Amino acid sequence: MKTALFIPCYVDALCPEVGVASWKLLRHLGVDVEYPEKQTCCGQPMAVAGFEAKAKPLAMTFEEKFRGYDYVVAPSVSCAAFVREHYQHLLPPGHECEAAGRTMDIVTFLHDILKIDKPLGKFPYRVSLHNSCHGVRVLGLSSPSEQNIKPFNKMADLLSLVEGIEVVEPERKDECCGFGGMFTIEESAVSKRMGTDKLTRHIQTGAQYITGPDASCLMHLKRIAHGMGADIQFKHIVEILAAGL
Amino acid sequence: MKQLHKDKAREFLRNKDYARWHDETFWSVRSKRDAMASSLPEWETLREKASAIKRHTLTHLDEYLEQFTANAEKNGAIVHWAADAAEFNDIVLGILHEHGVHKLVKSKSMLTEECEMNPFLESKGIEVVETDLGERIIQLKGQKPSHIVMPAIHLNHDDVGELFEEKGISNRKGDHDPTYLTQQARISLRGEFLSADAGMTGANFAVASTGDVVVCTNEGNADMATSCPKLHIVAMGLEKIVPDYDSLAVFHRLLARCGTGQCSTTYTSHFRTARPGASPMHIILVDNGRSSWIGNPDHWESLKCIRCGACMNTCPVYRRSGGYSYSYFIPGPIGINLGMLRDPREHAGNVSACTQCMSCQTACPVKVDLGEQIYRWRQELGNIGKANPFKLALSDGMSLVFGHPGLYKAVTAPFRPFHTVFKHLEK
Repeated sequence: MKTALFIPCYVDALCPEVGVASWKLLRHLGVDVEYPEKQTCCGQPMAVAGFEAKAKPLAMTFEEKFRGYDYVVAPSVSCAAFVREHYQHLLPPGHECEAAGRTMDIVTFLHDILKIDKPLGKFPYRVSLHNSCHGVRVLGLSSPSEQNIKPFNKMADLLSLVEGIEVVEPERKDECCGFGGMFTIEESAVSKRMGTDKLTRHIQTGAQYITGPDASCLMHLKRIAHGMGADIQFKHIVEILAAGL
Repeated sequence: MKQLHKDKAREFLRNKDYARWHDETFWSVRSKRDAMASSLPEWETLREKASAIKRHTLTHLDEYLEQFTANAEKNGAIVHWAADAAEFNDIVLGILHEHGVHKLVKSKSMLTEECEMNPFLESKGIEVVETDLGERIIQLKGQKPSHIVMPAIHLNHDDVGELFEEKGISNRKGDHDPTYLTQQARISLRGEFLSADAGMTGANFAVASTGDVVVCTNEGNADMATSCPKLHIVAMGLEKIVPDYDSLAVFHRLLARCGTGQCSTTYTSHFRTARPGASPMHIILVDNGRSSWIGNPDHWESLKCIRCGACMNTCPVYRRSGGYSYSYFIPGPIGINLGMLRDPREHAGNVSACTQCMSCQTACPVKVDLGEQIYRWRQELGNIGKANPFKLALSDGMSLVFGHPGLYKAVTAPFRPFHTVFKHLEK
């Protein structure tokens, strides 16, 4: 099972520790993982902003770079969702997109493909789980609060393998944090209000940490927490799963 | 372009207490909807069925419209076809003139808002009285609806109390008790119902197999408006048709549950023909763009909408920016999409009001792909000259940097990129 690690641009540039933790975790679990060099961006920010044409060359590069792998795993739900949902129509007509079906976020990979069930490390803290929108409503990491389906949460399942952790969820457990890529720039007032509300609900759980499957949501909340002087820490879910390994 | 959502939203958020109240009010409506959704085990099946029925009906609309018309005429109704808003308004005026109508009472209709019927009729000397309480309040205040189901939700009881005092509807000065104010409105509206020459309703559904027009209200005002005056006019968009009673039952189970968190509206009235002694019922079928929207492969599914308002109640951006931040008369996710269908240049300023969280389409009872459609509208802004120049420049820059790994490496070097750390790990 040949697996490639896709480290999205913003993770690489702004929170490389998330990439490192993903690598460590996958190696610890015995995955035959490679990190193809010269990766950059999947094209999501431009496409969601309304400029798909600027994402097309990146989709072609991605398709080439990750050819031949059984799985392409990313520690980011929004990037994985973008590749899965939009790449097929970004590639030239008649070109069957291989990347779309093989790319997945790391939570799905650990939960559904590797089906890990052995104890991991230790993280003796109360942690508030941030259910990122694309994880919940596009990739199915947890049951959306809008739907009447049997409740599940793959992130909570994985975190239960960590010793000492107490996982809690904020009120309005899967309401958006307001990041939204360039939304946060264009609609900055609403974005900040949403982030402040979300962060407040996370803090109200009494958690010491906020965790989630997407570093972009966490970065947005972190920036707001910094502005408010809030005393709460942030860890991507892979950092917690890899803690102490 | 009338206005940009982002600017209006910034203004809206300046009043923090009001913004919080607005968000919490609509969140509570959403919570009631969630409680309803979770009480029906077949909820997701119902949504799927509702979507399938709408897809089917819209793609066979010609047949169902003909069937509906034939049955309505068999029942004794007079059916009119209006190609656009102007023709609709003219048809209404013609009917009113024919019957010597001076005063028209109305139950709620977003279609008449769309066609700007009230100001048109008023300019022709017809008195128009809204009878849905929320609609009446904003009519007296000279405002437009801020929400499609709860049009006056942006006002509180003090606003309404002061308005009613000013208009002579309530006379106990300073008494802003909601029960008292509602009672005063009721007394005032009774007079309007009894003195009106005609009543107009919208339609939530129209049943092709029977010719029924179905109107759902909580206040019974549609029933008053149709049983006091001797003339009933129905205004309905082409997309309101459902094939039969079995399909109607599916929508009936979803509409109020999604809209207000009730199992059913208090009144669900079927109008088939005029009562004895009254003039024949008139039904005006309005196109006003709809038939061309059905041909739009990317956006036709917006026509499935049953106007429950669930998408706006759940939208985190709507809740924090209010109905008036949107340039189209329908706000929220469905309003962004319908506004773009109506006039993309005019309403492009709403397309930014979405984080792509997809809560709207996950809540939608008929599974309109609202968030995905907004994504697709964004792709079209460049073609109509409405792309945000800053976002375009940023995207150009990102495209350049990300397209060249060497350049990307150089630009991101100060941030200790992962591949540097990775090299270190490999050793």
